[in-house]
Amino acid sequence: MGMSLAFHIVFAALGITLPMLMAISEGLYLRTHQPVFLELSKRWSRGAAILFAVGAVSGTVLSFELGLLWPGFMEKAGAIIGMPFSLEGFAFFTEAIFLGLYLMGWNRLPPFVHWLCGVLVAASGILSGIFVVMANSWMNSPAGFKIVDGKITGIDPIAAMLNPAASHEVLHMTLAAFIATGFAVAAIHAFFLLRDRANVFHRNALGIALTLGCISAPLQMISGDFSARSVAKLQPAKLAAMEAVYYTQTGAPLQIGGIPDDQSRTTRYALTIPRGLSLLSTHDPNSKVIGLEQFPRNDWPNVRLVHWAFDLMVGSGTALFMLSIAVGWFAWEKRGVPDGKWLLRALVAAGPLGFLAIEAGWFVTELGRQPWIIYGVMRTKEAVTPMNKIAIPFLVFTLLYIFLSVVVFYLLRRQFMKTEAPVSELLTNDV
Amino acid sequence: MMFELIVAGFMFVALIFYALSGGADFGGGMWDLLATGPRADAQRDAIGKAIAPIWEADHVWLILVIVILFTGFPRAFAAMMTALNIPFTLMLIGIVLRGSAFTFRKYDVKSQHVQHRWSTLFGAASFFTPFIQGVALGALSTGEIRIVDGRLATGFFAGWLTPFALACGLFALALFAFLAATYLTADPSTEPDVQNDFRWRALWSGSALAPIALLVFITSKQGAPAMYHGLTQWWAPLLIGTTLCFAIAALSSLWLRRFALARIAAMAEVTLILGGWSLSQYPNLVTPDITIFNDAAPEITLRLLTYALAAGAVVLFPSLFFLFRIFKGKEN
Repeated sequence: MGMSLAFHIVFAALGITLPMLMAISEGLYLRTHQPVFLELSKRWSRGAAILFAVGAVSGTVLSFELGLLWPGFMEKAGAIIGMPFSLEGFAFFTEAIFLGLYLMGWNRLPPFVHWLCGVLVAASGILSGIFVVMANSWMNSPAGFKIVDGKITGIDPIAAMLNPAASHEVLHMTLAAFIATGFAVAAIHAFFLLRDRANVFHRNALGIALTLGCISAPLQMISGDFSARSVAKLQPAKLAAMEAVYYTQTGAPLQIGGIPDDQSRTTRYALTIPRGLSLLSTHDPNSKVIGLEQFPRNDWPNVRLVHWAFDLMVGSGTALFMLSIAVGWFAWEKRGVPDGKWLLRALVAAGPLGFLAIEAGWFVTELGRQPWIIYGVMRTKEAVTPMNKIAIPFLVFTLLYIFLSVVVFYLLRRQFMKTEAPVSELLTNDV
Repeated sequence: MMFELIVAGFMFVALIFYALSGGADFGGGMWDLLATGPRADAQRDAIGKAIAPIWEADHVWLILVIVILFTGFPRAFAAMMTALNIPFTLMLIGIVLRGSAFTFRKYDVKSQHVQHRWSTLFGAASFFTPFIQGVALGALSTGEIRIVDGRLATGFFAGWLTPFALACGLFALALFAFLAATYLTADPSTEPDVQNDFRWRALWSGSALAPIALLVFITSKQGAPAMYHGLTQWWAPLLIGTTLCFAIAALSSLWLRRFALARIAAMAEVTLILGGWSLSQYPNLVTPDITIFNDAAPEITLRLLTYALAAGAVVLFPSLFFLFRIFKGKEN
């Protein structure tokens, strides 16, 4: 399941953001009538189409997989968190319908209606992302039910949907999708622009993708701060693991990197910033941070992996934040899309960072929740299918997703390679 | 009591829409693989054009069925996914291969050789997937999957390897092939020669439905006694008679080249068949231990789900109507 989700999260992030880029570009075309924007939105829409097809397939697999791998979880949780999934189903439906109209309707719909279809695709994509993350956040901060004598009663699906972790997870994930896709797309176009600085197509593509990425990256720093403070409150064991805090302390230092050791309960070779953690998690340098010693040993997540994944996420995010400040600075200075050689090279290099951060962040959320599948309520091993050879379905799904990823990668690569060809006809006038 | 019925009703409606749209897309894939004669490529072309704008939306019906099932009837969902773990996993493999083969065919190199390879995979998966779906749905009616004290008692092979379940798989194949061929005769973008090819295919597959339906009925006596009992109730001859009338109407309109009429009759036929199937095993979800009444989610979940589904339908149907009008209406 984790494996499938690790793949799906990439498809989903791309699938949410590419329609947005495509709609922005068509909007620019409707305003300026520059053919380059039209071409651009057509190219991006092909990417969106491929990802949507794979997303639809992968979404089906996931909805079945919930039951195939975790029947115990679904039996208990279905009635409580089915709600966001049902709403997601409709959002997904709307996306499918309007994407069909968008892709095949270039000649059948009036331009404005066509653009509106694109906007609806983007909007419903974001919406379905929000619903799915809501369901996930419930696993981290279960709400909307009571347990009496081991039985679940008093179910309130709305309260479950609007659980305390929902707001920060939704915000953080949505921005992450914008940043990761924005910078990944920017990297591809920066790469082609490096070869051919006069290419209007890639220049405009870079401009749009960077605008999205560079607006979202600073916002993500704020949302990250909000998330950290929520986690400190809701899942202290997770925060303790993220920061490798073994003992409760006031004025806790922030430890970056290092090797956490569960046996000796110390973290060696870490870069330490005094009082940093207290400051970050509560905005008070002297506040108390709860350590792992407060929890039974068998309730600990894997401290080493969670801590490293967390640092990887923050590191990549910070790098993209710095890069977006640099981009903003050069863009302001030049009053246009910046195209300095080193900046473009940096953008190419930073291409995968956003997705690295998403994967690492997802690791933190999910591994940091272990050994629970529903935090504090149900352990993962109680949820798993009684299938005696669990390794077989696991292997099957892993292979399926590897296959899908290869398909996506190959097809997207083909689409982007084709952008090399027709540039001259786009140069009707200076952009 | 009431909300269980409403939610089950929504699920049933979603299932019918899945059969009418997604099922026909599978059928299209089958005819793609079976394309023969001098117009084989033209046939494939017509199928590709007919499916391309709508297949993803059609596919979402299945996701909707599953989502309603696990929200409204979580224990039934858990039981089905455990007992039928193997066929459902096989089905997912089929879905993945089919979807990606179709997408690949569209965006990959246009060379004959490459296209042909994807077509074959697309077609083969289009046979395999609905067959497994029919088998799995049939298995739920066999009564061989037993749940004792909330635990599955019958292992991972119960039900779906029976003659009855396999006959259901065969029936699903023939049904979807018939549906697809009928739709293709009525599709505005189909050329006259190709239209005639599909007319013959629809006539053949539509006629083949009768003996296969009989096979399902005969095997149900041993293989799905509860359903057999349902099918011999007082209302059954009425329902079967009406279904038969629509089947004859569909075939004769195909014969008379009244394709739009044939399409409507075929859709009514499929709806009635699924209706008969669900009535005959009402109120069972997994015969005989799980029904829609002994297993449903708490009332508040069902009520909210009903509101969500109703609100969703308000958005969904106008959008769907718009989609089909743009692509399946008169050529503009």
